[in-house]
Amino acid sequence: MKRWAISLGNAGAVFAALLLLWQAIIWIFHVASYMLPTPLAVAQVLVSRRALLLNALSITAEEAAGGLAVSIAAGIAVALIFAQSRWLRRMFFPYTLLLQTVPIIAISPLILMWVGAGMPAVTLIAFIISLAPIIANTTQGLISVDENLVRLFLMHNATPGQLLFKLRLPNAVPYLFVGIRIASGLAVIGAITGELYAGSSRVGEGGLGYSILYASTQLQTDYLFALVAAATVLGFGFVFIVMFLEWYFLHRWHESARPLEAD
Amino acid sequence: MSAATGIPMIELAGVAKQFGKGRAVLDPLDLEVQKGEFVTMLGPSGCGKSTLLKLIAGLTAPTTGTIRVDGMTPKNARELISFIFQDATLLPWRNVLQNVCLGLELEHESTERQRKKADELLKMVGLQQVSKAYPRELSGGMKMRVSIARALATSPRLLLMDEPFAALDEMTRDRFNEELLRLREEQKWTGVFVTHSVAEAVFLSTRIVILAPNPGRIHAMLAVDFPFPRTAALRITPEFDALAASLSRLLRGAIAA
Repeated sequence: MKRWAISLGNAGAVFAALLLLWQAIIWIFHVASYMLPTPLAVAQVLVSRRALLLNALSITAEEAAGGLAVSIAAGIAVALIFAQSRWLRRMFFPYTLLLQTVPIIAISPLILMWVGAGMPAVTLIAFIISLAPIIANTTQGLISVDENLVRLFLMHNATPGQLLFKLRLPNAVPYLFVGIRIASGLAVIGAITGELYAGSSRVGEGGLGYSILYASTQLQTDYLFALVAAATVLGFGFVFIVMFLEWYFLHRWHESARPLEAD
Repeated sequence: MSAATGIPMIELAGVAKQFGKGRAVLDPLDLEVQKGEFVTMLGPSGCGKSTLLKLIAGLTAPTTGTIRVDGMTPKNARELISFIFQDATLLPWRNVLQNVCLGLELEHESTERQRKKADELLKMVGLQQVSKAYPRELSGGMKMRVSIARALATSPRLLLMDEPFAALDEMTRDRFNEELLRLREEQKWTGVFVTHSVAEAVFLSTRIVILAPNPGRIHAMLAVDFPFPRTAALRITPEFDALAASLSRLLRGAIAA
């Protein structure tokens, strides 16, 4: 706890120093406020437009969370199928890599065309971008079980169901969390990127990505900064929640899940 | 408890094992283990002793020959058999008590009976204090105790052990050997034990099968007549040393053969 407080204090000090540097650059080089607003101006916008910001934040959070939830469910389902045979993995695993490498910017217009603008389209984009790491990691967890543990189960006449639920699935949980951690960051990025293209079905109302685009065309640079700050907080919040859940479920038995004690 | 009873527990007839098309792991061999015996397979690496154990457990099928365990095929006899692996093979997400219950749980015993049996076994191996601990909190020796308790919880008639104490230091191993014999006195299972330790083989066994490598085959058999119960004092008798010495000679012969 003590060490935790110290590292939090250090991070705070770095943050304060960066704000000072930011302010200093504006003072020294006389930067125009539409190019770079002062930290104070950004703080003021954060307060004065908090209702709008929170609305945008909640829209994007909902899209990202929805996409992530669906990709967790679908990813586990696909991994369970992949775990059945090496042959299936050889046939279909390359396509999950494709999922990971397809530039989301490039397919967003297509989704916009098929689904129409709005939250369903953005949720779909968040889902697509966050699916691959869930599939890859969960599959790995399901198949990398100690061979002797499988033998042990067989020696007790374990049924296929028992092998799955009492051995393979629990073994896959730490792997699943690694996948979710990666996917949660991607889902937020996917939602914001998606909103740039398919963010809103009504002018002036939408999530963070849509609002960022809107603010930039209006040269509301201070609001733009406030939106970027909100987007960062959202991404951080997602990863933080996942890391907490990971710690909660794994700290008693798994070696990796002891971040608070790690140096 | 005496050694042989005359009733066969394991019968191997013409059993051979090849991996794939080429390499022979075991040449055809015949072996009978009687109920109540404690037979140790002793030999250098590559002699197929672990393969022999897996064959008896029905974890791998012989290329030729037949195997009977208590008159049944190994797979049908699994309810009678427990297997102890070289590493403790505990489920890391289960605590000690839950690990000991695993076999009973897989065999659909009632929760009540699981609990009763597990408590009994934990007491027997001296682990009741740490029943709520997780495997990563335990030392190697304690993990092995959990593994033994788990194997014995299903009340096996035949216990197959694949170098279970190889990873332990010598003093701990000696103590485990003594405890294993005490558990055998109480529970009267038949034991088949794989090791490459001469002292361990002499201390535990009623009979020792010496295997020669490449391909695996029976090189010699040796009865060990020291009476039970055996205690640590046995290890410092001249008879023990003499038998260990002659066993070492046989083992050297097996490696040269």
